[in-house]
Amino acid sequence: MSIADSSVSSDLSPVADGGQVEAAPDPGISPGALALRRLRRKRAALAFGALFVVLVGLALAAPLWADIAGTTPAKNHLSDTIVVDGEEQQVVTFDGVPIAPTWQKKFFLGADTNGRDVAVRLLYGARNSLFIGVVAALITTFLAVLLGTLAGYFRGWVDAVISRSLDVLWAFPVLLLGVALGVALALGGLKIGPLEIQGDSKWIPTLIIGVVGVVYLARPIRGQVLSLREKEFVEAARAQGAGPIRIMIGELLPNLASTLLVFFPLLVANSILLEAALSFLGAGVQPPEPSWGTMLAEGITLLATSPHLTIVPGLMLVLTVLSLNIFGDGVRDALDPRAKVRLEHS
Amino acid sequence: MGRFVIRRILGMVIVMFAVSVLTFLIFNVIPNGDPADRMAGKNSTPAQIEAINREWGFDKPIYTQYATTMEKVATGDLISYANQTNVIEEIKRGIPRTFALAIGAALLWFAMGTALGLYTAMRAGRWTDTLVTVLALIGVSMPVFWLGALASYYLGFKAGLFPNGGYSEIGEAGLWEWVKHMILPWTVLATLFIGVYSRVLRSNVLDTINDDYVRTARAKGLTERRVMIHHVLRNSLIPIVTLWGLDFGAVLGGGAILTETVFDLQGVGQYFAESIGQLDVPPVLAVTLFGAFFIVLLNTLVDIVYAALDPRIRLS
Repeated sequence: MSIADSSVSSDLSPVADGGQVEAAPDPGISPGALALRRLRRKRAALAFGALFVVLVGLALAAPLWADIAGTTPAKNHLSDTIVVDGEEQQVVTFDGVPIAPTWQKKFFLGADTNGRDVAVRLLYGARNSLFIGVVAALITTFLAVLLGTLAGYFRGWVDAVISRSLDVLWAFPVLLLGVALGVALALGGLKIGPLEIQGDSKWIPTLIIGVVGVVYLARPIRGQVLSLREKEFVEAARAQGAGPIRIMIGELLPNLASTLLVFFPLLVANSILLEAALSFLGAGVQPPEPSWGTMLAEGITLLATSPHLTIVPGLMLVLTVLSLNIFGDGVRDALDPRAKVRLEHS
Repeated sequence: MGRFVIRRILGMVIVMFAVSVLTFLIFNVIPNGDPADRMAGKNSTPAQIEAINREWGFDKPIYTQYATTMEKVATGDLISYANQTNVIEEIKRGIPRTFALAIGAALLWFAMGTALGLYTAMRAGRWTDTLVTVLALIGVSMPVFWLGALASYYLGFKAGLFPNGGYSEIGEAGLWEWVKHMILPWTVLATLFIGVYSRVLRSNVLDTINDDYVRTARAKGLTERRVMIHHVLRNSLIPIVTLWGLDFGAVLGGGAILTETVFDLQGVGQYFAESIGQLDVPPVLAVTLFGAFFIVLLNTLVDIVYAALDPRIRLS
């Protein structure tokens, strides 16, 4: 978990220093540095990586904008009025139609039917959507590395148990399983030993998304470990008296880093999309808590009267997922120009 | 080969059994999921709840309940807790709609994905390649229900080009009406897969194009068209066909729940979405099994086709 985390942030650092095109690599250069050089040449990937960082920054700055707009994500302004172009308008008309984007501090992106500020909710929703996306991807990575490494290293019955369990998980229709778990747990909450999660907690969709993603990553990792464990450096470590745990952490894990780096941005993108899908079906983030998915779920029914409620969170979501996909593409090309990575998107 | 097929089919049965047990357990260990409580309504007496428990067999041990439920699935007698309708009948009603969506969309995304993938590979590095690649990336970055809602409202309702959602039976309003109702759902569902497939095929073609046998084909003096179609495309398509089998299985089994819901097609996926809202366990269980069946079936078929083509697989 920590490996993927720290490596991703260190790979983002060249974004800040502008990205210079460098000459052909000299033979004495490390693979990591070589990959960084290749990544620096991918201007589009870096630009979209930077865009993602900006989006994360915006989400973190949500309270600042709430201050400027003078409201909170949950506050209703049903009976308020606002002056737009010198004309006094109601935030929500008597027919229940909320105001469209005003492009000024208050209700910059309009209001929703409860008279809440869409721009403020969008930024607070970004916190939830990004949190779920990143944390679910971390959970997937952690579990997949754990299961894939154990299965690939020990083989035998350990591999049989893990692989057959993954076969069963693979057979589940992903979205159906996610929705079923999401709705059921949202009503009852979750209790695992001493750990108790409330039904409306965002940890529930996070855990579900993190777990259903494991099949896509655990299988390639198992395959990679199966071939890595036969390499000379593993044999050398074993000859020096290293035990299984030291070999797995010290020898195998560093060699999995590039696979994980390639997968991680795509996993985050996928998790954000899955959060939106679950929330749209009422199985994700629970209202009144905002997320892009819940905002879309509310907005889509009102497309005829208030298109901004669908278009605004939708564009924000597409922009985020697109930036991750393009950045992830660049990372893949930089780390291994011939790698073929694919994630399930449905 | 015969032994390989038998082994795969046995594996399929075991996986289906595990899926059914797990799905059943998920809904029985979750708190607040007591079906008798919900069926009796808000102002129920303990006696009423007990009567329902006895009538529906909720007081029996869990393995007996599981056995009874699976027996009902097999005989087609499974009844919904929420509205007492026959679950298997409801699924049968949804099947033509779900299949119409899945088959049409799968053909569309396969054809478009292959065409665009081949085109961009042959134009690699030029601006048309960049343009299609960017469009493909946008395609895979859009939530399908968002795209569907926008298309349904702006192209359907506002512009009046297509009907605003719903399904039209061929037997009732004719073939053309049916096609008109399906064009948007097909396109929207296929969009995301076209993005994925065209990119996978593009990289496969670029990998194969420099292989020795392609150079040999060129050296023999074959036309560029023949080399591309008979030598390059043929080999690049193998992984695509595998993907297609797996994705098609998922969509066939109700995996297009979002597309069905947003276009109100009333298929199996939408039936699932409506049932889960009421925590109605029998339909949820039945549709999950239905979906898992198609995933496992297509997985097995893909494996068998692969083994038939490549002896190394069936012997390992």
